[in-house]
Amino acid sequence: MPLSDVWSDPNVRWVLLGCMLLGLSGGVIGSFTYIRRQSLTGDVLAHAALPGVCLAYMAIGAKSVWAFVVGAALAGWAAVLCVGLLVRRSRLKADTALAAALSVFFAFGVVLLTFIQRGEGGNVSGLDAFLFGQAATMTAGDVRAMATLSAVVLAAGVLFFKEFKLTGFDPEFARSIGFSAGRIDALLMSLVVVTVVAGIQAVGVVLMSAFLIAPAVAARCWTERFGRMVALAGVFGAVSGWAGGYAGTFSHQLPTGALAVLAASALFVLSLLFSPRCGLLARAVRRFVQRRMTRAEFRRAAVGVKKP
Amino acid sequence: MSDLIILLTGGLVAASCSLLGSFLVLRRMAMVGDAISHAVLPGIAAAFLASGSRDPIVVLPGAALMGVLAVFCIQWLRQSGVQEDAATGVVFTALFAAGVLMVSLFARHIDLDLEHVLYGEIVFVPYDELHLFGKWLGPRALWFVGATFALNAAVVAIFYKQFKLCSFDPLLAASLGVPVTFFHYLLMALVSLTTVAAFDSVGAVLVVGMLVLPPATAYLLTDSLARMIGLGMAIGVADAAIGYGVSVALDASTAGCMVTVAGVALALAFLFSPKHGILMRPKIKRA
Amino acid sequence: MTTTESGTVAPGDVAAETEPEASPLVVRDLTAAYRGEPVLRCVNLALPEGRLIGLIGPNGAGKSTLLKAVLGLVPVLSGEVLVFGMPYRKRRRLVGYVPQRESVDWDFPTDALDVVVMGLYGRLGWFRRPGKKEREIAMECLEKVGMAAYADRQIGQLSGGQQQRVFLARALAQDARLYLMDEPFAGVDAATEKAIVGLLGELKSRGKTVVVVHHDLSTVRDYFDWVVLLNREVVAAGPTDEVFRPELLQRTYGGRLAVFRENGAPTRAEG
Repeated sequence: MPLSDVWSDPNVRWVLLGCMLLGLSGGVIGSFTYIRRQSLTGDVLAHAALPGVCLAYMAIGAKSVWAFVVGAALAGWAAVLCVGLLVRRSRLKADTALAAALSVFFAFGVVLLTFIQRGEGGNVSGLDAFLFGQAATMTAGDVRAMATLSAVVLAAGVLFFKEFKLTGFDPEFARSIGFSAGRIDALLMSLVVVTVVAGIQAVGVVLMSAFLIAPAVAARCWTERFGRMVALAGVFGAVSGWAGGYAGTFSHQLPTGALAVLAASALFVLSLLFSPRCGLLARAVRRFVQRRMTRAEFRRAAVGVKKP
Repeated sequence: MSDLIILLTGGLVAASCSLLGSFLVLRRMAMVGDAISHAVLPGIAAAFLASGSRDPIVVLPGAALMGVLAVFCIQWLRQSGVQEDAATGVVFTALFAAGVLMVSLFARHIDLDLEHVLYGEIVFVPYDELHLFGKWLGPRALWFVGATFALNAAVVAIFYKQFKLCSFDPLLAASLGVPVTFFHYLLMALVSLTTVAAFDSVGAVLVVGMLVLPPATAYLLTDSLARMIGLGMAIGVADAAIGYGVSVALDASTAGCMVTVAGVALALAFLFSPKHGILMRPKIKRA
Repeated sequence: MTTTESGTVAPGDVAAETEPEASPLVVRDLTAAYRGEPVLRCVNLALPEGRLIGLIGPNGAGKSTLLKAVLGLVPVLSGEVLVFGMPYRKRRRLVGYVPQRESVDWDFPTDALDVVVMGLYGRLGWFRRPGKKEREIAMECLEKVGMAAYADRQIGQLSGGQQQRVFLARALAQDARLYLMDEPFAGVDAATEKAIVGLLGELKSRGKTVVVVHHDLSTVRDYFDWVVLLNREVVAAGPTDEVFRPELLQRTYGGRLAVFRENGAPTRAEG
């Protein structure tokens, strides 16, 4: 759909706005998880959402976005608790706990899914979209729900910015000046859960975590200041979301989620190549300069220049 | 008869995955295993597009290469200063997205049901038969999974010392002249191959679960590496067998049930392991 | 670099005192990086054989990096390293490495004996398996460090000092001529410290050369008979009496040092 038509069609406008907000909140929240080295938690939560959604469906008997949201959130929370338990009380390391929770919850979700499908005798509409996402098939109500959730997450991220920054950087110090790292951790996990749940319908289970990772990592390459990184990550996320949503208007066959993720990945690759901080170009230049400096020092040493 | 074939296939997949997964768990690369299983999708799709068939012989090398490429990218990103978790996440989501895009765009040419990719359908395995040189050789998937297991077992047996040393103390290994990078990529290549060989019959869900859950369970039950590997394989096979039984009873996804059972086994070990179970510790203290 | 009486080395003069073929470790104009940042600049060293050599310097001076550069574990931007006259690659059997304790995962399912056996893997080559002979050698080494009773204990159950001793036993098993040890005394208990010192003495009496990255200045005179003062480049290198002096220490530590004098000679120094 050409750009001029986009502005005139309210449905499309809503979808694009929703995708942008999703990317924006993903970028912001993803920055907070990035500094805590918890980037893959989003992936675990996204996979864990599946059984939650299925159970919600089985409880209600029909598709209901808000019910799915609640189900996914509860399941996500259960997964996070399991991971924490495994890491704290056994020799299993963080990555093992994450992979274990991810695969068990998802497998259980698949069991429920096939169970439901066999019961209903065929494909259950709406549930499949949850696996791979299809923004174009979302109703206006879906989009509004997604936009609302994203906005809430964004507001919380802004409100608690300094708490997240402090506890991410130095949790012990934070505790010593009175910030409860545990409660802030819980809040952040909740925000991740909500972000993931908001985005699953548009982007799908597997790909949702990309929004929590790629924009933040890309932004990290451009600035040393955390505040700027968060803002930049939000911008990258919004642009990717918009790109995916826009591309999806061209054809129902184009998967919005995949395109948005590819857009975010492309931004990341560009950052990796051209940014001053960690760009390949910049580093090649630095190495060249260093080698010339070392050679100059050799020359001085050989000539016998006394060092101070 | 078909029950037996299904059990054999599932068991061989479980054994292969647990064998390799022990090293992944000890080297803190469990999520890389997850990444590989997602990253092979574009490789499978590309191979399918290029050759027009979904036959593993064609798909295997291309997709396995994709898995190794993914690991290479992750490694490269980490060396460039990107955090470990983030590097893994970016690479596999980008590759998976590319795969999803290819499958959606060329859906007419790729007979690749995305759901099948995720959780396969092992119950069809006995009926998908291999005919080579005009002779009937039995179920195709079983052959591939069996060959993969034989390869994995052989490589690990021959290079057991090296894998063990590189997992425990890579610095010492490097100083002794062991090519640490080579063995790292060798392990990743085997994981890719195993993932792809298993995909067809049991999908991505089972592979990831079997790579991590049985070895993690064994890790909580023993303090010796050799025993951990052996026990991990045994537990994996048991998980597969019990899981199959459950799936027949509930008429639900076989792969899903197998991994769920594997999860239950891990939970049981977590709680009741004689040496490390959290419910057993007070007993140990008193003794 | 200073030039004093005997044993110390000046730049461009590397081959003068000790012949490269006999010297356990010769470093020429080495520049090495750690995580992309150059840490060592134009380092020149020629170490004598059969001494206990302390590698001293402040934090970030590049002491660990120097060891790792010798072993090929960090990238070398320029310069060369010769172990007994040849590049390290060709002399692996002659070098034993004791890394810092943090570099290992102590939850690994292996016991103390097994860790020591791993030190023998270099001798076994690609395909041979460790057998009874290797286990016997490993047991002897554990006895030498007083850890024979813990042979079948999972390593995570050992104390810090015990773990350090297992590492040392592993290095002993390698039966090298040159030992490189990275902070072996860090955070160990008194019994372990005594065991390590005893071991160092025995190694020296057998003609081995031991290079130890060390942080505790107050024990340098007691443990080492040769010292290298390092702060990104070599400040001085030579016998302890000649080199371990207040002026040189001040230069190494950049003035952040308090030296205590007793009867005119420095007996204690704190950095």
